[in-house]
Amino acid sequence: MTDRHATPHDAHAEHAHDDHAHGHAHGHDDHGNDHASHGTRGSYLKGFFLSVLLTAVPFWAVMTGAFKDPSTAALVIMLFAVLQIIVHMIYFLHMNTKSENGWTMMALIFTIILVVITLSGSIWVMYHMNTNMMPMQAAVDM
Amino acid sequence: MSSVSLKKDGLDEKGEPLSFYQLEEHHHPEGSSTMLGFWMYLMSDCLIFAVLFAAYGVLGSSYAGGPTPKEIFELPLVAVNTAMLLFSSITYGFAMLSMEEGRQRIMQMWLAFTGLFGLCFLSIEMYEFATLIHEGAGPTRSAFLSSFFTLVGTHGLHVTMGFIWLVTLMVQVQKHGLIAANKRRLMCLSMFWHFLDVIWIGVFTFVYLMGSLR
Repeated sequence: MTDRHATPHDAHAEHAHDDHAHGHAHGHDDHGNDHASHGTRGSYLKGFFLSVLLTAVPFWAVMTGAFKDPSTAALVIMLFAVLQIIVHMIYFLHMNTKSENGWTMMALIFTIILVVITLSGSIWVMYHMNTNMMPMQAAVDM
Repeated sequence: MSSVSLKKDGLDEKGEPLSFYQLEEHHHPEGSSTMLGFWMYLMSDCLIFAVLFAAYGVLGSSYAGGPTPKEIFELPLVAVNTAMLLFSSITYGFAMLSMEEGRQRIMQMWLAFTGLFGLCFLSIEMYEFATLIHEGAGPTRSAFLSSFFTLVGTHGLHVTMGFIWLVTLMVQVQKHGLIAANKRRLMCLSMFWHFLDVIWIGVFTFVYLMGSLR
């Protein structure tokens, strides 16, 4: 993380011609408060109503059995979950590409990649292992 | 090393000692890196949950002849629980807005509401766990239930920690007011609280809703 301070002139090239302005802008950028643009009452309420909607629909779909086919239902509620996570990230966690010079977004993208590898990898590998182990398990049972 | 020894005395053109790194510490205002650091923590916490989700994904259908998700999950209860967490998220949001406006008493009120909703969430979850264990569907019954209790329990433990943190900060604000350090801490807890809500979206979708579909 020290990297982002090592070359301040690169990050603030537009101020490089004026040392005073440069120093000021840099100090200001680094201030922690800039990370969270806090949003407004309106944006919080918007996020809240979107979340309520995105929560209520999948619960309603599963509880009433609106979808005949379980795999269609699973895909739809997963889509709603992804949408709701994005809503929370934007309206509640105030994620954007600019905060902390983009490092929060970088960390998030890296984490998402790891999460996808962990989840899909584990389920994929273990599913195949279970399938292949089945005859042996059946032989043990006999 | 060789480039140093080529220069006879280790001095540059101006006669200053050569340096290959920044000798002077860059100036950091206090707490300037807290937000980024806390975000890194949240991301690594996210990986803990990813691993627990993966374990549940792998073991979630190993019932060992025991109860299946459809038989034991009560979706209305989960829906109420989800509502509690959502309400606590919006009240925390309002607390942050009041903090920005410098209205300490109103902020404390919103924080108290947040804590109350968090406590409701924990009570409902505890009731659910107690009922399951009473019905003989405890964590020792099957691999499905072990992974279920680990995943949902870890989330519940996080909410418990968040609640303790919330109460601590309310006392801090009462004692010292809305000083910069307290604002920073409240912002960290804000991220933590909303992050737990994000994890809960994964829990109710993958564990409860998809479990009830099977």
